[in-house]
Amino acid sequence: MTKLKTQSLHKRDSELAKAQKQVDFLSNGIFEEGDLPRFAEKLQETQQFPLKPKPLEILQINVGYMCNQVCEHCHVDAGPDRKEIMTRETMKQCLEVIKTSGAHTLDLTGGAPEMNPDFRWFVEEASKAGIQDFIVRSNLTIIVANKKYHDLPEFFKKHNIHVVSSMPHWTKGKTDKQRGDGVFDASITALKMLNEVGYGMPGSDLKLDLVYNPSGAFLPTNQASMEKDFKKALLEDFGIHFHSLFAITNLPISRFLDFLIASDNYEDYMYSLVEAFNPAAVSNVMCTNTLSVSWDGWLYDCDFNQMLELKVASKVKHISEYNEDILNNRNIVISQHCYGCTAGAGSSCQGSVA
Amino acid sequence: MSYYDPKDLRKFANITEWSEELGTKFFDYYGKVFEEGALSAREKSLIALAVAHTEMCPYCIDAYTVDGLQRGITKEEMMEAVHVGAAIKSGASLVHGVMMMNKVKKLDG
Repeated sequence: MTKLKTQSLHKRDSELAKAQKQVDFLSNGIFEEGDLPRFAEKLQETQQFPLKPKPLEILQINVGYMCNQVCEHCHVDAGPDRKEIMTRETMKQCLEVIKTSGAHTLDLTGGAPEMNPDFRWFVEEASKAGIQDFIVRSNLTIIVANKKYHDLPEFFKKHNIHVVSSMPHWTKGKTDKQRGDGVFDASITALKMLNEVGYGMPGSDLKLDLVYNPSGAFLPTNQASMEKDFKKALLEDFGIHFHSLFAITNLPISRFLDFLIASDNYEDYMYSLVEAFNPAAVSNVMCTNTLSVSWDGWLYDCDFNQMLELKVASKVKHISEYNEDILNNRNIVISQHCYGCTAGAGSSCQGSVA
Repeated sequence: MSYYDPKDLRKFANITEWSEELGTKFFDYYGKVFEEGALSAREKSLIALAVAHTEMCPYCIDAYTVDGLQRGITKEEMMEAVHVGAAIKSGASLVHGVMMMNKVKKLDG
């Protein structure tokens, strides 16, 4: 049994639950006073402004913000109280795009995507489109949260789903601190269930990757060395296998922004991100090859812009009017949170980029 | 007011401005020392943290606590490393007690 770590900003009626408040906060203070350069200025310095998309590779669809967990640093502000759920009608509009899009990867995320009542129908329909890489971002604990989810590993296997799961650390203490009491034990049980059907096993085509994001106000270290430590610890302690580890930087939005401000870490964290700015990471940031679709069908350059309600700067803004040629001509919408994706080795939903 | 300002740590690289050759040589050496070698970068980080404490260097404690967290080093591991440093430091004091004992024995039998 897992316990909720905290409450969503929405549930708390926090001012930061409003996207505009976050955008304003990120535009003012140290960036307004000139202590730190705005992201656009940094791109101009390195002749990378405006940021333009490359041909679309990944279509990331957020099927809803409802989740069985309330993790401390969730950029979605997901939780059991969130009622924003993608309808079957919007899913049908997404399916039309999946069939015609040039994207080779479909990436379903949430919240806990499995909690959408039409999740299985959507996966079954989408898998008929013959996508090269079909990702579901599963928080692991959902698999053991209720009997109706226990067969998810078999369901994923049947549709050759690439499972990508969050795992903040290989120890119980650090994991539960970020994600709630009991999350570590439940995650280990779920990983064993996935291993049992073949996920993550050496040589297996059933891909199981883990996502690591730091538990506090610091940046992740080298992805390869973290993967080595994770693999050693999970195998020695629990006999668990997985394929790759994606190290992701926490972006200063939503609940992580709230944590940074409340713990008086905001300025130092932004300094760390700006100091670690890597021009080489810019050309591969995920907004250049990804489009993010929200639960209600709006289009965004990435999942983070979705949470900040910064829609694509294009005549086409909704999945119902999707046109890849028009969208490919847009400029990518940026703000200071983008420093999170260009720090050090860079960060994306697929891990490091540089 | 303290002589130490945490913001000064960000300016460490600026020492090169007043002596480019020596500064550059230092940072090249420093970077090389902390690369993966016979010891892992993780082990080196823990050694650095222990030494930071025995040297009582606030900048180094700040830097290697953050470095440890970034590497996934747990607080229990960090505290054990600090105790290793503290044990050597206290042992280094205490072992001089032998000098005192020698002197007492020589002077007073």
